[in-house]
Amino acid sequence: MDLSIFGYQFMQNAILSAFLGGIACATIGVFVVLMHMPFIGVCMAHAAFAGALLGLWLGFNPLVGAFTFSLLSAAIIGPLADRGQLSPETSLGVIFSLMLGIAFLFMGLMPGTKSGALELLWGSILTNTRSDIILLAVVAVVVVGLVFIFYKEIQATIFHRDMALSVGLPATLILYGILFLTGATITASLRSIGGLLIFSLILNPAAAAYQLTYSMKRMFLLSAGFGVLSGWTGLLISYLFNIPSGATIVVTSSVIFMIAAIFSPKRRVKGWQKKPLLEE
Amino acid sequence: MGATIINIEDAVVSYREDIALRGVSLKVESGEFVGIIGPNGAGKTTLLTIVNGLGKLLSGRVWVLGDYLTPSNGHSLRKKVGYVPQVENIDPRMPMNVREVVMIGRYGLLGLLRRPGKHDWEIVDEMLKLVGMTHLARRPIGHLSGGEQQRVAIARCLAQEPELFLLDEPTASLDWKAQTEILELVKRIHDSRHLTTLFVTHDLGALPVACDRVVLMKEGLIKAEGPPDKLLTDDNLSQLYDMPISAVEKRRREVILGQG
Repeated sequence: MDLSIFGYQFMQNAILSAFLGGIACATIGVFVVLMHMPFIGVCMAHAAFAGALLGLWLGFNPLVGAFTFSLLSAAIIGPLADRGQLSPETSLGVIFSLMLGIAFLFMGLMPGTKSGALELLWGSILTNTRSDIILLAVVAVVVVGLVFIFYKEIQATIFHRDMALSVGLPATLILYGILFLTGATITASLRSIGGLLIFSLILNPAAAAYQLTYSMKRMFLLSAGFGVLSGWTGLLISYLFNIPSGATIVVTSSVIFMIAAIFSPKRRVKGWQKKPLLEE
Repeated sequence: MGATIINIEDAVVSYREDIALRGVSLKVESGEFVGIIGPNGAGKTTLLTIVNGLGKLLSGRVWVLGDYLTPSNGHSLRKKVGYVPQVENIDPRMPMNVREVVMIGRYGLLGLLRRPGKHDWEIVDEMLKLVGMTHLARRPIGHLSGGEQQRVAIARCLAQEPELFLLDEPTASLDWKAQTEILELVKRIHDSRHLTTLFVTHDLGALPVACDRVVLMKEGLIKAEGPPDKLLTDDNLSQLYDMPISAVEKRRREVILGQG
């Protein structure tokens, strides 16, 4: 195998992007999985995609459009999730399909070639620039930093929002904070992974980690590890076989999930009693 | 008994179109054990949520532990109020163990940016011992039975070192043995820790015999209140459940014994 490719700036950028994006997305994924809101993430990802296309069409920075749209969708989704009891799936389905419709509408209205739009759809981590990496780094540091600083508040909110509220924690604020971070992470990773695929990189590593541990701290660490592993392995496969990197990253993360699910101790109902693994 | 620590004046609460409380006034004195009973939808849970500041008042006034409740001081109040909500299904794969869940009770007191220390873990272990859950302290929370979950919820509530103890249907969906054990536990804790307790239930059989006072609620109103022996008459209960109480008893026996 010719490894000289790793000497090139664009490849180093891609490796760094996969690392930062993997950590940020996989950390967000833990919230998404444990708060049972995968559909919310899908919705925000597609909103971000629609916003980015609006930017491309009207000629402003697509990432500004992506961030604005994902926050707008969070502003609609937040109260739905906050209300709790009632299942918000139906409303989310409406918003999700609307966002996809708007995205393709903008794409259709856009004059000239659609290559920029397609790039946002599939992602192109190999063309990431320095500014993309800086944005990813800032988001990754903020996400990981906030989880570290507010770990106990986040843990309680994830476990049970009403309970967190009843012991005097600002659980509603934390819920909206989590939605805000989700929007920021999706926006920063949009160009690398792509609007259609980004959600798998959020969901799969966390879902894999969820299969393997009964400790939330460990779940955060495992998830981040799987996120980076997905990014790097996907990148390598993409290079070796000359296929789109966004797709290989996502498929890798799915494979990791499947392996984790097969070996999950949680599937063996009584298994943990004999061997109380991974506590605390 | 002592000073009034809960004072609710003419509270009205509404969720969208439904009015949950239609002008409820209630005073509770320090150290009292108050049982609140009534059919489903009577507003019992809502009454608890206005005491801990989670429910939004449409009108009326509430004082709890000497403070007049406003939308902004709810957080600080809730740190002093222990609330055991109705049982909900917990994700069996939730990555938290029993000890960690009980620790959540201390989070509000700890405040932002402070991590639980040795003292906090000692309190958590003490509370687990009190509710008889020490042997399950490191089990994943989702693996416990309903009765065990309820004990954990009570331990979490006590870890908060509350002055007020609010319990919402703590025995619902438990079998008879677990129900009896929880009732005894609640009473023991109420007495030994000198708490003021509000105990909500729709099930007469789950009303602790030790109540100092019983409040009957129906359709968002307090229908009657007083000492249990005077209040829990057949007449009162028949009105409360829209069915002659003798008929309720008869049906129950028919179901249990297969007679009739």
